[in-house]
Amino acid sequence: MNLLLTPFQYEFFRNGTLAAVLVGALCGLIGVYIVLRGMSYIGHGLSHAIFGGAVIAFVMQWNFYIGAGLWGFLAALLINQTVRRTRINADAAIGVITTASFAIGVALISRYRRFTQSFDAALFGNILGVTQKDVLVIAAVTLLVVIVIILLYKQLLFTTFDSEVAQVYGISTGWVDTWFALLLAAAIIVSMQVLGVTMIAAALVIPAITARLLTDSFHRMILISTSLGALTGLVGMYLSFYVDVSSGATIVLVQAVLFGLALLWSSWRHRNGRLIHTHV
Amino acid sequence: MRPLIELQNVTFGYGTTPVLQEIDLHLHPGQFMALVGPSGAGKTTLLKLMLGLIRPSAGNLTRQSALRLAYVPQLETVDWNFPVTAEQVVLMGRTKQSGWRPWPSRAERQHARDILEQLDVGNLAQRHIRDLSGGQQQRIFLARALIAEPELLVLDEPTTGVDMRSAEDIFHWLAHLSTERSRQGLNQAGMTIVLTTHDLNMAAAHAPWMVCLNQRIIAQGTPEEVLTEPILSEAYQGEMMVIRQNGVVFVQQKPHPHTYKELIPEPVVGGVPGHEQ
Repeated sequence: MNLLLTPFQYEFFRNGTLAAVLVGALCGLIGVYIVLRGMSYIGHGLSHAIFGGAVIAFVMQWNFYIGAGLWGFLAALLINQTVRRTRINADAAIGVITTASFAIGVALISRYRRFTQSFDAALFGNILGVTQKDVLVIAAVTLLVVIVIILLYKQLLFTTFDSEVAQVYGISTGWVDTWFALLLAAAIIVSMQVLGVTMIAAALVIPAITARLLTDSFHRMILISTSLGALTGLVGMYLSFYVDVSSGATIVLVQAVLFGLALLWSSWRHRNGRLIHTHV
Repeated sequence: MRPLIELQNVTFGYGTTPVLQEIDLHLHPGQFMALVGPSGAGKTTLLKLMLGLIRPSAGNLTRQSALRLAYVPQLETVDWNFPVTAEQVVLMGRTKQSGWRPWPSRAERQHARDILEQLDVGNLAQRHIRDLSGGQQQRIFLARALIAEPELLVLDEPTTGVDMRSAEDIFHWLAHLSTERSRQGLNQAGMTIVLTTHDLNMAAAHAPWMVCLNQRIIAQGTPEEVLTEPILSEAYQGEMMVIRQNGVVFVQQKPHPHTYKELIPEPVVGGVPGHEQ
């Protein structure tokens, strides 16, 4: 019992754990839509694009959340519109737009060397630096995402299943995509400090694809993925405290282990005649 | 009667490649229209123009405002691994009309069940869509269209990949829908239906209006008028045989002359050897 309670004596651990659980759940929830849309790469790309936005916000002396948020939202919209209006595939659009944005960030960092160190935290995560204010921002974004997903649940489901057909049935798929881009950008921004740019993509994809291996039901996939995200956030924080390894990397490694176990279970089921298909 | 959709001299192309040229077409309320033509003729593109998913490169397309539409896409475009049950797919058709709650109401679920029952797939409501046969899958997507109570129902190759019996059932259903309300004496046109198909005989037997297409409209009219050897030869760029018997039109490919006689055994005259009567 002491083993479980000891870390909570430290404020940084209390804040960090709360942040990791919320971020894990948030990424698990949004990740379901990303995986089912076949856009697993977007988490990777968008987090890099937002990094570029964060650097610009720093240089222009804007508020980090506003600068990075606006940049990320515009990058997500640009990707969506490029895919919808041209014959460029999602992976290519993500590759071009987000890498260019990341390159802007890297170029600015090399030009203004004085803040290189502070951006290490954005790249690799810095759970020790999570304050109560950060936790409140993460909680507010998580609440916003949950509310919007509840309100747009049916529209999001239909748009994710078949965007073109949903449009014929009167769904404003453009608005649904815009809302989704906004939520995704917000989720990535608040996850940056906990997980780091380099780990966000995994946190978005692994719980969702693990849940997909475990169920054939959309509702259950949402519940399992969100719960797995939260659980791995908690377990990852404990492990990172005791093993003294970066929290973002530990959370993602715990998720990868669970994915491996789900894969084994799914193969066992397959051999016994019940197969759950995935397409990621 | 004012047409639901009117195309005047419409042209469409992807980049510089023309797909459809100089299309003049009127779709009237209650009309049941089959679009036929070879692969690559532009049938799906024409459907997408009618649905407003793409815009003409040139020409005028007018559609009645606030037209309730439903679309049954080709089965091959569906993501069969998506984690949804048949009932969830059907309920997608009510998304616009239903409230904000994430789950369907009891009445909505009952409505979905009733439509699935009508299409003889009521027992499959909780099955994953991948676990159904082609014919069953097509009925599920037809149920999604029907639950939307559309004024215009558009189907892209609804009988491709389904067995002959299911294909016939689907066409019977569509013919029934197109005449139902007028039959009920409601003084209303039935549901307007447009579909594409490669099954010329099935279309001829059920659809009263046919449009033969190959980038341009080659002919349109009743199946009797459209299914003629010159029109089909022009559309399909090959010889087609049309047989007319008792008011029914059949389209058949001409058998290969050198294999035809060899494949058909000589008739046995005087009974089967060893089975004397």
